[in-house]
Amino acid sequence: MSPSVPDSFVTAESISEKVKSGEWSAVEILDKYLSQIEQHESEVHAFNTVLEGEARAAARETDKRVASGETLGPLAGVPIAVKDNLCTKGIRTTASSRILENWKPPYDATVVQKLFSAGATLIGKTNMDEFAMGSSTENSAFGPTRNPHDLSCVPGGSSGGSAAAVAAGFAPISIGSDTGGSIRQPASLCGVVGVKPTYGGVSRYGLLAFASSLDQIGPFANTVRDAAIVHEVIGGHDPKDSTSISEPFPSFLDGLDHGVEGLKIGIISELMGGIEGISPEVIGKTREAASVLSANGALIEEVSIPASLYCLSSYYLIAPAEASSNLSRYDGVRYGLRVQGETLAEMNINTRTNGFGNEVKRRIMLGTYALSAGYYDAYYGKALKVRRLLAQNFDEVYSKFDVLLSPTSPCTAFKLGEKTSDPMTMYVNDVCTIPSNLVGHPAISVPFASGNDGMPIGVQILVPPMQEALMYRVASTLESAKSNEQ
Amino acid sequence: MNNNLKDDWELIVGLEVHVELGTKTKLFCGCVNQFGDEPNTNVCPVCLGLPGSLPVVNEKAVIYAMQLGRALNCSVGRSIFARKNYFYPDMPKDYQITQYDQPTNMDGYLELPSGVKIGIERAHIEEDTGKTVHVGSTGRISGSDYSLVDYNRAGVPLIEIVSYPEIRTIDQAKEYVEELRGVLLALEVSDAKMEEGSIRVDANVSVRIEGEDELRTRCEIKNVNSLRSLGRAIEYEANRQIDLYENSEIPSQETRHWDESDGRTRPGRSKEDAEDYRYFQEPDLVPLNPNTETIEMIDQGLPSFPSERRMQLATLAQMDVSEIALIVERGHDGFAAETINSGAAPQVVIKHLTNNLSDGLGELTPTAFASLIQMEESAELTSTQAKKVLGELVLQGGRPQEVAAQFGLEAVDTDELETLINQLITDYPDEWERFCGGEKKVQGFFVGEVMKSTRGQADGKVINQILNERISD
Amino acid sequence: MTEPISEEEVAHVAHLARLRLSDQELEIFTRQLGAVLEHAKDVEALQLDGIEPMSHPFPLENVTREDEVGEMLEREKVLDQAPAAEDGRFQVPQILGEQP
Ligand SMILES: [Mg+2]
Ligand SMILES: [Zn+2]
Repeated sequence: MSPSVPDSFVTAESISEKVKSGEWSAVEILDKYLSQIEQHESEVHAFNTVLEGEARAAARETDKRVASGETLGPLAGVPIAVKDNLCTKGIRTTASSRILENWKPPYDATVVQKLFSAGATLIGKTNMDEFAMGSSTENSAFGPTRNPHDLSCVPGGSSGGSAAAVAAGFAPISIGSDTGGSIRQPASLCGVVGVKPTYGGVSRYGLLAFASSLDQIGPFANTVRDAAIVHEVIGGHDPKDSTSISEPFPSFLDGLDHGVEGLKIGIISELMGGIEGISPEVIGKTREAASVLSANGALIEEVSIPASLYCLSSYYLIAPAEASSNLSRYDGVRYGLRVQGETLAEMNINTRTNGFGNEVKRRIMLGTYALSAGYYDAYYGKALKVRRLLAQNFDEVYSKFDVLLSPTSPCTAFKLGEKTSDPMTMYVNDVCTIPSNLVGHPAISVPFASGNDGMPIGVQILVPPMQEALMYRVASTLESAKSNEQ
Repeated sequence: MNNNLKDDWELIVGLEVHVELGTKTKLFCGCVNQFGDEPNTNVCPVCLGLPGSLPVVNEKAVIYAMQLGRALNCSVGRSIFARKNYFYPDMPKDYQITQYDQPTNMDGYLELPSGVKIGIERAHIEEDTGKTVHVGSTGRISGSDYSLVDYNRAGVPLIEIVSYPEIRTIDQAKEYVEELRGVLLALEVSDAKMEEGSIRVDANVSVRIEGEDELRTRCEIKNVNSLRSLGRAIEYEANRQIDLYENSEIPSQETRHWDESDGRTRPGRSKEDAEDYRYFQEPDLVPLNPNTETIEMIDQGLPSFPSERRMQLATLAQMDVSEIALIVERGHDGFAAETINSGAAPQVVIKHLTNNLSDGLGELTPTAFASLIQMEESAELTSTQAKKVLGELVLQGGRPQEVAAQFGLEAVDTDELETLINQLITDYPDEWERFCGGEKKVQGFFVGEVMKSTRGQADGKVINQILNERISD
Repeated sequence: MTEPISEEEVAHVAHLARLRLSDQELEIFTRQLGAVLEHAKDVEALQLDGIEPMSHPFPLENVTREDEVGEMLEREKVLDQAPAAEDGRFQVPQILGEQP
């Protein structure tokens, strides 16, 4: 049986306000979520680790600090679930892989540090596709996560645990990582808000790398406003990440309610039927979203991003190439799993062969091949050029449009096991989300409608780099239009 | 030049020199960059390659690299970091962050004391690996039971300086490394100690028949720990290749390791581990792109280098560069110049500095040194006496006149010597006859006798002079 | 572009990546990688000559840190996570072959 998904959730913002004013206690709030976890986690399996003891201690500490009159941050007493590929000091961080099953990092990721400084309570580490490689969270070494809206369906991936945790009411907010859609696609499938920030907007320090030039950390929330609040907490320059942007971003919260009057919004035609495999139902709902924005005063037009036809090809060479290198360090020498062998090389091979799942192996081999002597130019080199072409396409379109609109996922949540036999079928799930990762632009998925199967459908809003404020503004308009409608 | 190669064969050597930079911290993290600490104490998530950690470039290392590049007459431009992928336990990420197709420094040269210019292809920035000790009966990698890894050195900044294959003799190879050391020491970017591994040399060796234009297959020789073994390794390897060619075999291009204990090179990895490093741009780092002002600032801050200093001293002393190179290498050229400028005879200054002051200058001052040389020149002291006084000045300091007086040193004066020699001619008529007849070795007998009766305080030059005058009388 | 990947190439790539494949896995992976590479051939339709490859999504340059000592880890905590350690060092089985 599905967990009872409440109609409206308490927002992180209101929790924090009421905890700070002393109206609610952080421990009480935490217990509410812990009991939801106790009731439904065995069905959903959103977590690799639930931190009941640590979270209680932290919540008690928060209450003490409130009582002593300290000024607390914007997430005071807010329980938060964090994807299991973000380092948490002394707390198991597995990336849902056997190879790190018992690894306890000696340090916190920058994002985790920032969440703690903002007063958040870490409630658990969420399940994911192993090393974030997948679109359904079925590639976890510790078993799949299920969609809280229908337990026979996947939650999407790779941040499926984080999406499901918010959807199931296990936490009001959560953190995921997005390399090719791994926040937005599960957000769409689970009916929550999910954001991929501008590349360099959120520090990657402490994020177990999948594809370094594509990875970004971002929030899940029930509301656009909550997502923006969390995003402001985790964002900002970090000297520990060389790719971190040092210029300040405009506030994501100011102007959230300013509407879309006069904005020029383009619908990406390639993702509205130009590319095969995107369901007519999803396309239809995206058009509805466009009409809503139009009704609110935006100018809507179809635009073309021709290179988006080749994004999948480019992405599935670049991401595996970087991953093949990033995952070399799991060799059984310094941390994590070791499976013994007579010689060093045998030990390396035994460890990696036993420690990695099939999808990870597949991508490591694909990436190794794409980079290897004789194939670099034909594969990796060409993929980097497609990426440039795509960036040029976006630049051109953004010279005439403020915002772009597209579906987030080509379909609603599918059944467990439905797409596991053929990797290519699974890869197509990322077709709408990949372009933003390749060019490093921000994008958000906002829950907008339900399909005939009753499962959620999200709509994706894309903006130029560092223009998140605009992105949240459009998303907020869509969100309120939807709730007015209901 | 003699390379101990068989006739008709020419030696071709290119050197790859890895230099550890003397920064306070490592290349990509704030860990202390220090030799000889307890194992695995200078480590952090970054240099241990822990999951999630990210590198940030040490600004000082970049400046040092650019300074070295300019000192080696390289063009310094936009550069990018790359990953070199291969599995090895002393490399925490199982890839090395290095520079590949766009290094910081390109196309320079190093001028050797002999005047030869050796082209530099590139000088790039990269990180060092950790250190592995092999436990077992041999202590070497082969035959060890297991190995232990220390990551203190992992991530220490290195510059790899790659020469073109323009070195033609073993002496040139050694000279190149020595000269490079001189440049590094002048820049103060490295302690440049070969014995502690802060300079490590790999040699690309090939041979060809003299007169050929094409280069033949080369082998890269690693694990060379001193200048002496560099010479031995090159010689061994060249002869190994020549032997193969002369047996109608062709050497295969491979990495070989020098084994100091038995004086041979051996192949490193097995063939099946064909090297395919899958280089690609390091996505965790952004390009370095110094502007022209930065380069100008670096140029202005450069110290003077051995080649310039040799030229300066040679000009001042009016001697050949090769005669004063050693003094520059020891860093005594400033001292030499000061002494010469206070009026001392350059030849004598250079002679003493070369032969008698190799252990350092101690308490000696240029003024004292100059007066000593004047005393020697005016025959107040013999050269033997001067050497003795010099030794004392190095130990104790002071003025040479006082030291000479303390020791009771005073050259026997010429009149006294003439009297002594007249007496000897009378005492040994047969020997004198033979000397006058041209038997040169008898000269030594007379000099010896004079020294005996003056207890060595006579000036040999003067004795010889008087003896020769007497013949012509 | 080249034809889809062969079993020999997959075996070689697995070797480079320090993975062991059973005969059956070799066959399956070869087919699956072949399908992805086949799909990747679609970029051949694009005119890519003269286009600058794009490695970084955001054009930053000259990001450095000062040469200042930062926080280091306690050795016990580091070795605590190691599969095997001895004498303050990480222990590994016998190494065949020198560092390349
Ligand atoms: Mg190198
Ligand atoms: Zn470190």
